[in-house]
Amino acid sequence: MLKYSAIEILAPWVPVVGLEIHAQISSNSKLFSGSQVQFAAPPNSLVSFFDASLPGTLPVLNRRCVEAAVMTGLALNCSINKKSLFDRKHYFYADLPAGYQITQQRVPIAVNGSLSYSLCIDNKMSQMVTKTVRIKQIQLEQDSGKSLHDDTRSQTLVDLNRAGVGLMEVVMEPDMCCGEEAAAAVRELQLILQTLGSSQAVMSEGQLRVDANVSVHHPGEPYGVRTEVKNINSIRFLAKAVDYEIQRQIKELESGRTILNETRAFDSKLGCTVPMRDKEGKQDYRFMPEPNLPPLILYDAKSLPANMNHQQVVNIDWIHERLPDLPSVKRAKLVERYGILPEHSFTLLNEDGLSEFFEDVIKQTQMKPKKVIGWILKDLLSYLKKHSLTVKESPVSSFLLADLLNRLEEKEISSTAAKQVFAELWKGEGKTPLEIVKEKKLQLIQDQKDLEQICQTVIDGQENEVMAIKAGNRKVLNKLIGLVQRETQGRSNPVLVKQLLEKKLSE
Amino acid sequence: QRGGVCSCGWRLPQKVTVEVLDHLEHLALVDFRDSEGVERLQKAIQFADQLHEVNTDGVEPMDSVLEDRCLYLREDDVTEGNCTEELLKNAREKVEEYFVAPPGNIPLPKLEERETFLKGS
Repeated sequence: MLKYSAIEILAPWVPVVGLEIHAQISSNSKLFSGSQVQFAAPPNSLVSFFDASLPGTLPVLNRRCVEAAVMTGLALNCSINKKSLFDRKHYFYADLPAGYQITQQRVPIAVNGSLSYSLCIDNKMSQMVTKTVRIKQIQLEQDSGKSLHDDTRSQTLVDLNRAGVGLMEVVMEPDMCCGEEAAAAVRELQLILQTLGSSQAVMSEGQLRVDANVSVHHPGEPYGVRTEVKNINSIRFLAKAVDYEIQRQIKELESGRTILNETRAFDSKLGCTVPMRDKEGKQDYRFMPEPNLPPLILYDAKSLPANMNHQQVVNIDWIHERLPDLPSVKRAKLVERYGILPEHSFTLLNEDGLSEFFEDVIKQTQMKPKKVIGWILKDLLSYLKKHSLTVKESPVSSFLLADLLNRLEEKEISSTAAKQVFAELWKGEGKTPLEIVKEKKLQLIQDQKDLEQICQTVIDGQENEVMAIKAGNRKVLNKLIGLVQRETQGRSNPVLVKQLLEKKLSE
Repeated sequence: QRGGVCSCGWRLPQKVTVEVLDHLEHLALVDFRDSEGVERLQKAIQFADQLHEVNTDGVEPMDSVLEDRCLYLREDDVTEGNCTEELLKNAREKVEEYFVAPPGNIPLPKLEERETFLKGS
């Protein structure tokens, strides 16, 4: 079913989707303390007195976290607030020992940006559209600890290793309309964060968490009541959760019921959203300015004071000059440099390490990039997917693939033979393409006289077909080519065979 | 509603209603307990209300006496942590180096079911 026919069915309802994304900052130590940031360490081993909220401790801001937020803000076309403030957000939970989270509610570090992402119109990836979602703001805030619920003993076990780790909350305006758009936007954000290095953004390790805000309304009417959907653990589940919630709300409203402004959790096993028990009722967070932190001042080339300790200065322009090429720029460069299609460059960047592999092969072969890309996307990638391997784990290196492609370019083997060699290389037995070709006798017959003789033999044996061809039926020629191929066990160049046969038949 | 009356018959001061007290008790997990507690709250509000007598037209609000100070930026080095044993010494209950807490959030019972609400006298 085409995506647009699905939207036609939904026509009376307009779904509205916004996202709140928490990205863990990639840094050695935490946002306001010097304890280490690391995944999967022994419980409560990466916790300082401040993280445990012991009395008398104070927050000290980590410069690296500020830089990460500025980089991210610039990459998302935001205005960076040269003065931003910290606030306390109060609520009670076992994994929040202070009883409040330090965040930026009034004046965050970056505002009013945008993110462009691509979608395929149909499932064949042959047509891509570019969409944009507005970024409302990016704010720095603390992560909470982790709660392990032990229902059998009616208790919660608390590990504060994650408490105080720096987060960037990226708020995306409700410009999206379905699960696919939400997933594509998050995927692009993930790639951007990974390119910048401001976050490793691995969802399975909790470095990227997404909450979706979903509502539906009739065109022309005001927005409907929205629900917040949490507990989404992958990009795939994000699309499912959003689409399920849209459908649930439509069904409720069409049955005459109303939507509650509530928080729901996505149950990945059942594929549905359920109300979250702990979040009943509207929360009053009693925001107040963080009394222990003065405003955060950022500078640029113009406002930089002359004799300030440069370790205390975060210079927005300095950071801007050093931003790496973002994914959208990298894609455009690949298309321009190699003449590949936009959808090709999209796939190259979507698979970790694939664009580097592609460029490595190009360097080592004379085959044109437009032909190489087919081998990368159709052969290499499909084998990788079939065996659930990453590019780094590929048994076929760029060196081996380039070698194989060179043999093909040199017309030493046919393209069918090349596919066979590739399959052999995949076994990772350490053989080179040349060795495999010799072993399996795949080399093309180079001696033209040999080939001519075989063609003649075939012609002599196919009187009826020869008559048909001479009478004007060109299609029968393919049968003769096929017979020559069979005679030579696939080792003849079909283009050359066709030429030879045509020459002989016209004599 | 102003000047409301709670279930035990205490007349509440104006502006600090039963609903507000209940809301505050939920949010801050305090227990106003008796009329003296409520009166103290009322007096605190009156004291703070004196701020309204100051004319602040055209004056930028100040939310921190630190506003002219520089926010110190720390280098991203690991300098703390690794004190599990010391931290767990403070815990009443622990399980294998985890702190132990009650399951989830146990909300305060609804107003009607709370025995301690304004029952201290």
